[in-house]
This record gives sequence, C-alpha cells and structure tokens, in this order.
Amino acid sequence: MRFDVRGHPVYAYTGSRAFASDRPTLLFVHGAANDHQVFALQSRYFAWHGMNAVALDLPGHGRSGGQALTSVEAIADWLRYVLDALSAQRANIVGHSLGSLAALECAARYPERMQKLSLLGPSAPMPVSDDLLAAAARNDHVAYELINGWSFSAEGLLGGNRLPGVWMLGNAMRLMERTREGVLSADLVACNVYANGLAAAASVRCPTLVVVGERDIMAPPRNAKALIAALPAVETVSLPRTGHSMMTERPDEVLDALRGFLR
Amino acid sequence: MSAEPKRHRFDTLSLHAGSRPDPATGARATPIYQSTSFVFPDTDYAAALFNMERAGHVYSRLSNPTCAVLEERLAALEGGIGAIATASGQAALHLAIVTLMSAGAHMVASRSLYGGSHNLLDYTLPRFGIETTFVDPRDLSAWRAAITPKTRLLFGETLGNPGLEVLDIPRVAALAHEHGLPLLIDSTFTTPWLMRPFEHGADLVVHSATKFLSGHGTVIGGLLVDSGKFDWNADGVREKFPTLTAPYEGFHDMVFAEESTTAGFLLRARREGIRDFGACMAPMTAFHILQGIETLPIRMARHVENARAIVAFLREHPFVASVGYPELPDHPDHALAAQLLPRGAGAVFSFNLRGTREQGRRFIEALRLFSHLANVGDAKSLVIHPASTTHFRMSNEDLQRAGITEGTIRLSIGLEDPADLFEDLSRALYAASKA
Repeated sequence: MRFDVRGHPVYAYTGSRAFASDRPTLLFVHGAANDHQVFALQSRYFAWHGMNAVALDLPGHGRSGGQALTSVEAIADWLRYVLDALSAQRANIVGHSLGSLAALECAARYPERMQKLSLLGPSAPMPVSDDLLAAAARNDHVAYELINGWSFSAEGLLGGNRLPGVWMLGNAMRLMERTREGVLSADLVACNVYANGLAAAASVRCPTLVVVGERDIMAPPRNAKALIAALPAVETVSLPRTGHSMMTERPDEVLDALRGFLR
Repeated sequence: MSAEPKRHRFDTLSLHAGSRPDPATGARATPIYQSTSFVFPDTDYAAALFNMERAGHVYSRLSNPTCAVLEERLAALEGGIGAIATASGQAALHLAIVTLMSAGAHMVASRSLYGGSHNLLDYTLPRFGIETTFVDPRDLSAWRAAITPKTRLLFGETLGNPGLEVLDIPRVAALAHEHGLPLLIDSTFTTPWLMRPFEHGADLVVHSATKFLSGHGTVIGGLLVDSGKFDWNADGVREKFPTLTAPYEGFHDMVFAEESTTAGFLLRARREGIRDFGACMAPMTAFHILQGIETLPIRMARHVENARAIVAFLREHPFVASVGYPELPDHPDHALAAQLLPRGAGAVFSFNLRGTREQGRRFIEALRLFSHLANVGDAKSLVIHPASTTHFRMSNEDLQRAGITEGTIRLSIGLEDPADLFEDLSRALYAASKA
C-alpha cells in the first residue's frame, strides 16, 4: 500500500491484503539499509491471519520517498505519524535491529498508541565499529560486505536457506546494494549515537518480546541483557545457532515467537 | 588493522555452499531426498506453506531439498541471489523467457547459439507469439537496431556455438540497460569458474548443467540463476514486465516485485513457471550435479590445460586448415577473451580439415578415444560434425553466418592424458588424409 506521511510517499507491503480498520494493526520496521523484504514471510503470515500487517519501507529506503532519518528518535516519531496516517489508534510493532530501537523509543514516547512491542536483535547501546562507520560514510561497498559477513551465523554464511533456492548471503547483499548513497551511513550513525535505550525500556508500559540470536555479532546477546532487565514486562526467546539476520536464518522460529506473543 | 569482510572463496563454495550435514542422520554428503511430498505438521502450517507465509517444501515439482542445495550452490558460485533447477538447459531457457514475456513480445538474440536454443527461438516460440531477431553477436549496432518497443530480453552465449565468438557482455549489457531491458546469458561453455557474467553486467544466467557442471556425461539438467540486480520496478521498466509488477490472479494477486525487492523474478518463475510448466529437476540428478560441482575448479583447470595443448597440436598439423580458439592471436575475439576469460577460453572448439566431406567422415570414424556423440563438457573427450548433427536444421546461409562449414569438426576436450589424445588425433588425421 502507498500513503503519504508529512508530504512524503510511503510504501508498505501488506501481503496483498487491503487495510481494514476493524483489524488489529501490526507494523514491521526494518533495520539499516534494508526494506520490507526482510519481513516478507512473517508479515504475510499475519496479513492472512486476521491482522493489518504493514511492513514499512522507512523514509529514503526501498520504495518510500524522502531522506533517511538521522536519529532513532526521529524514526520513532515518524512511526507515530504512520499510525496517524493509517488512522490506527493503537498498534503492535515489530522492529529489527535499528528498527527495534525505533520501535522501543516509539513505545516509550507514545505508550497510549502501543499494544505489544517485539524487538528482534536489539541491543542498548548499539555501538557500530569505526571501520564500518567509516566505510559507510564513504559509500564503500565493503560496508555491505562487513555487515553481511557479521549478520549470519557461521553455518548461515554457507547457506542452507529454508526458502528453497535462495542464496541468503547474495540476496542480503543485493538488497543492501540497492540502498541509495548515504542511507546506510545515516542508519548506522543513528544506531551508534542512540543513548536512550535503557531509559526508554524502563518507561515502556506494554508487554514486550525480545528475540536474540545466540550467534549474533552485529547485536550480541550480551548487549541486550541490560535492556531486557529494564523492560517491565518482557518475554525473551533465544535462537540457537542464529545470527543477526534471524528472519532469514530462522523464519519459522521468529514467526512462532511472534505468534505466541501476539496471540 | 581494518576489519576484513567474512567471505568464502570459490573452491570452498564449490564444496559447501547450500549444504549442511543432514540434521536427522549426520550424513555429510547431501542426501537424495527421493520423495514427491513433505509432511505438514498441522493444517495451519500447510496453508502457510502454500501461501508463502512460511518457507519449506511442499511437492518436489515446486522444490526439493536436494535440488535446493544445488540451486544455492550455483547461485553462490555465480554471485547471484538464487536459482531454479530445471529438467534440462532448454527448460531453463524456456523458463526464463516465459517468466518475462507473453504473446506479442520480442527478444534479440545472438545468431551463434546452440542449435537447440536456435530451434526454440526461431521455430517454436513464434507459434506462441514470441518473436526473436537474430544478430551477429560481434555487431553492437545490429543489437541496437534490432531492439523494438516490444523487446523484452537480450540473449547470447558467453562463447558462441560452435564458432566461439566471445560475447562482449559489458557492452551488450549496457545497451540492454540503456533500453530498460535485462540481459540473459547462456554460460554453459564457461561455467562460473571461467567467467561470472553477473560481474560483467548480465542480469540472468542459464546453464545446461549436463555439460561441465555435472562433468561426467551422466545426467540431463539445467539451472536458471538470477543476479537480483535488475530493477523490474524502475521507472520506464515496470510497464514492460507485468508478470512481475502487476497483481497475479494465479497467486492471490501477488505482485512478485513487491513481495521481494530482489527476488521477484525467481518467485514468479517458481510459483508459475515451474508449477505450471513442470519442467523440474529430479533429486537424483541434482545429486549427480552437486558431485560434479565439488570438483569443478580442478576439472576446469585440467580441461583448459588439455584444450590448449590440443589446439597447439592441431595448429601445427598439415591436414588442418584452421583452428578457432579465442586464445589464438588470429581469433577475432582474442583481446576480448583475454579481458573476460583470463583463466581460459574453455575446452570446446572447432577446427576445419583440409579435404572433402568424405575425409571428414573418415576422420571421425578413425578416432578411438574421442567419442562421437552429441554432447560437450564430459570428462571424456568428444567429437561431432555440427553441419550434419547439432545444427542440421539450419539453412546453408545460416550455417555460413554461424561460421560452420561441411569440414568443421567440433571437439570437447576431456581429462585424458594429452599424449594419448595426440596419438588418437594423429591416427585419425592420417587416416583422413589417405581416404
């Protein structure tokens, strides 16, 4: 579906289903230099199981217009504007990586708009290596290579995709290569400077699910411990032998964690 | 020290990409999942699998675990995003075309194609409303002139058959993209070990895996590989490819290029082309091709080394009029081959005998190690007379355009000791000269 948010066009994948005001709404918020594609399976499931699944392309990403937002706080506010544009008084939000920080901050800022919060591969803080920041700043392809090399488990780097015939590493790389210049850098800087994670977690009022990959190098599970401890009502799922790209590496396990939580 | 990206190299991917030890048994070799269907744990899971809400296998025409390993492995070796294993190379070519276009569409193709591909494009697809204009693969202006508003695809082979014209993929790809069109490449003769067409601008690749990929002349199979680079949704492009950019009634109004930013083509090819045309690969075939690919780097190096030795031998032989091999200085594509094929120009080439058609026949029949058959890319050396076999349906004019004469002999050089191949060729050339 396509709609406008503050004068800029927004694209969201809805599983080929029309948005219905009488259904609960579930926003999916992707991570750095990604788009709605990373949630294709999970969002399609909920779209065909009674929810308005809205897998967003963030501003400046995928098919959405505008410039990439430069802070987690700005993305959090933008998510509220999305809810306004959809006339959705309350919603569930699923965020991955950068998207998890934005979902967290949104839940803290606008608790009255939030039903349930799901954080996939979060960490607070979410520091980004200097080498990666520098490569992204100069729009160097090596930035994509570093991210994807760190985003899969050791076995995932050699494939074995549940989705038949798709080479996970190549597909993830090609998606990032479509990112406009400067977008990855903006996304990574937003992750790196975000300092409000633990405070935001403490002020979240809705139930929260945290899913971590045990082999996640981009957002190591140890960096999520303080965040999990700060959340008032939290369920945690830890996926064995799973890297940061958990929706690709473990699509069923991620879906089942969400199903159980959102039920 | 700067961080280094984690990546695996070609030889490692040849052995490991797409496969893991079998979780049920620990089997290290990829098992042959000889099963038509796969059990659903419950009805909701089944419905989700059918509706692409979950990933997995339903029915082996659509996908199969053994075939999926092969698909990932070749995608990894080609630098693509994914692949579909098909019943043959011809099935892969057909799948690529019908995924992109319908009746009324047009494509531009090199006229130096495998005879079977030429048949499909020149005789069969026009019956279904898809027309092809054939052009000299070396003439970029001819490619340009042949593009019409109805054109949806450009197609050529890395090395033309049998003349070994080296396709200037970077320039043909640039031309295609200038017109908002994808470039499809048949990379059968070169395999990803010799060239990875996506690195030069191609968008889609097909293989006859029957040849060097499986490598032992034991199976028929094909692969269609997607680079994931072509933007089907770009302005000026999306209207040309409604199969990818418009709702598809045959799958709940799915818009494939929206479902996946990168893999819309592959999704449509599997969800429609493989589902409905049904030219899938058998898991036993996939297993054999996987076995072949495990040694692809070693075999291709030896194929090329032996081919170079035989080319040098034939060039010096008095009963040989000419040898066509792109690494030779007198080949028209010598410089391009050095640029695009630095590891070698493959192991299939043609030469012309001095003498009559009868002497050509005598040459082939006098060979003992070379097998006279219709195939290339076997571990064993092969020989054929194109004018009377692979290209026999082509008119004399088309044969001449494709660089084929009645004295043209095509060799596929295998992995034997080259000294034994020299002996075999020497004997046959002597017999032919006395015929």
